[in-house]
Amino acid sequence: MSRADRIAALIAAAGACEGPLLPVLHAVQAEFGCIDREAEALIADALNLSRAEVHGVASFYHDFRAEADPRPEVQLCRAEACQARGCEALVPAAEAAAAGRVRLTTVYCLGLCSVGPNARIGDTLHARLDEAALVRLIETA
Amino acid sequence: MTTVRLSDDALAIACGADAVADAFAAAGCAVERVSSWGMHWLEPLVEIAGLGFGPVAPADVPAILHGASDKAIGPIAEHPFIARQQRLTFARAGRTRPLSLEDYAVTGGWAGLTRARALAPGDVIGQVIQSGLRGRGGAGFPTGVKWKTVAEAPGSRKYVVCNADEGDSGTFADRMLMEGDPFAVIEGMAIAAHAVGAQRGYIYVRSEYPHAIAKLNRALEICAPIIAPCRIEVRVGAGAYICGEETAMLASIEGRRGEVRAKPPLPAISGLFGCPTAINNVLTLTALPHIMAEGGAEEYARLGIDRSRGTKPIQLAGNIRHGGLYETAFGITLRELIHEIGGGTASGRPVRAVQVGGPLGAYIPPAQFDLPFDYEAFAAADALIGHGGVVVFDDTADMRAQARFAMAFCAAESCGKCTPCRLGAVRGVELIDRIAASARLPDPVGALAQMHNAPKVARTRDQDLALLDDLCETMRFGSLCALGGFTHYPVQSALKHWPEDFA
Ligand SMILES: Cc1cc2nc3c(=O)[nH]c(=O)nc-3n(C[C@H](O)[C@H](O)[C@H](O)COP(=O)(O)O)c2cc1C
Ligand code: SF4
Ligand code: FES
Repeated sequence: MSRADRIAALIAAAGACEGPLLPVLHAVQAEFGCIDREAEALIADALNLSRAEVHGVASFYHDFRAEADPRPEVQLCRAEACQARGCEALVPAAEAAAAGRVRLTTVYCLGLCSVGPNARIGDTLHARLDEAALVRLIETA
Repeated sequence: MTTVRLSDDALAIACGADAVADAFAAAGCAVERVSSWGMHWLEPLVEIAGLGFGPVAPADVPAILHGASDKAIGPIAEHPFIARQQRLTFARAGRTRPLSLEDYAVTGGWAGLTRARALAPGDVIGQVIQSGLRGRGGAGFPTGVKWKTVAEAPGSRKYVVCNADEGDSGTFADRMLMEGDPFAVIEGMAIAAHAVGAQRGYIYVRSEYPHAIAKLNRALEICAPIIAPCRIEVRVGAGAYICGEETAMLASIEGRRGEVRAKPPLPAISGLFGCPTAINNVLTLTALPHIMAEGGAEEYARLGIDRSRGTKPIQLAGNIRHGGLYETAFGITLRELIHEIGGGTASGRPVRAVQVGGPLGAYIPPAQFDLPFDYEAFAAADALIGHGGVVVFDDTADMRAQARFAMAFCAAESCGKCTPCRLGAVRGVELIDRIAASARLPDPVGALAQMHNAPKVARTRDQDLALLDDLCETMRFGSLCALGGFTHYPVQSALKHWPEDFA
């Protein structure tokens, strides 16, 4: 199946609802790791929107990316409750361990605020991290 | 065969519950996954015949099964952290399997919906008003009054929206309910739908909660025939904090940028797709099955103080020894929460500050710990309860850094609609950085040739502090919503109570 056909199939599957744009964007982001210009144009066409409208929405939300990044992603929570439990002190070692091979990103709260510092990789959550545990996570991501 | 119960809540899993479950299964036990009791420092918490063990690692399993474990905490339900609570919304926490209809029904599930559906919608609203229930999402607006507006608004198509965006740091009560008692969230929505005359409902869950999304979707499949003709669907957010604001949330569900819009029109009159919409927080909706059960409204109204009625699920988070979910009647003081119940800091150092109510909440110093949990008492002390998150900081906290973070968070999450928030937050970060850098540098923008009226010499520290205060006031009074409008709470409270950190 061509990429355009695949996107059309995703739109058909996710778009059969009220307010279909966000579900469609999630489906495309999950499959291709990004919502690029081609995808925006196809989505706009299928949902009877302008490409500017689709781009406006896709670029508003932190979860959607314009370009795919093949590196594994590790999200570190750096919100207040994790700050109070020392997450900021882990950042230099985490950045060194990521060293460009891993995309280390910041998330504001994973809802595990009593057992931080916390990180998320895909749909897997990790709690009570110290420097060694976080570095190990990043190195094996 | 020994039956072992432990939680499948995201927090328990993040702390290693799955490996513990596997170890018990390998030892020949029957493992039941239940909701979390909310004693997070003990997770993974294992229950065998009412007795608790925690925090458990796979290596502890043989000792526990031989009755010789140093992780034993005695009967869980009698643990002081649980026994002192008044759990209505969290009555099932730790006690039922989240996706078991059987467990739900034998613990009183669907009784509230059945009774509500036997009543006229107006009478349901009357009961909710009588209970005194106020919105638990932050603003504390009386729920019954909001519903009355939706019910009376013209239009045959109406919606119920459950606000499950829970973006505030230090909060996890919504997540625990969605994962631990999803049918109760759904029952609450179905009651709301009956009361306001809505046919459809949406639960907008933040994408940071994959476990909650999966549980809700499964629960909705299972109970669709019970809540019919009401239809409910999950919508997943996309990493924007501002989508917790109700008008931004509706825009997001409609498939637009999550931008806040001016009110009126209220969502209750013109909400989702232009239709009358009741939008409520998870905790508000999940309080309803209890309120609508026989005698529930009267019991709820008897609890609490002044105009804050009923119970409030409080979340103890950050640097606290006994963190977790603590549901109690309004009126408990911060001191009781932090010291008696929470056991002080996890680090063992003195408490320096607590932030209540998420990233837009004030930092409160120990001198004010006699403050009772009550919407009006907090407002009078220039603070807010918000969603009930209590984040504890020890004496290593740098309050200037916390004030800077408040501005940086506002800048990162601003929807961009209004200038005081979109630009003010960026300027706030710069200003606090200038206060931090002892070198007195002229403002780079003010130094530009075309800025005729700007001073060309560096401001003094006092002038910078006055400017920061002024900026806070501008954001407070000039912002459309509480993101820009409440950022002054953390910043000005830090300035007021810890001026030494800005010296
Ligand atoms: C910036 C901002 C963020 C908000 N985030 C949330 C949230 O995460 N969850 C929530 O229930 N309400 C949130 N609210 C409040 C909602 O706008 C709204 O008041 C609430 O959903 C109403 O429900 P309730 O009456 O049951 O509290 C937020 C408001 C603002 C201004
Ligand atoms: S205060 Fe900020 S978040 Fe709120 S409407 Fe204005 S720009 Fe948007
Ligand atoms: S603040 Fe890090 S999980 Fe909530």
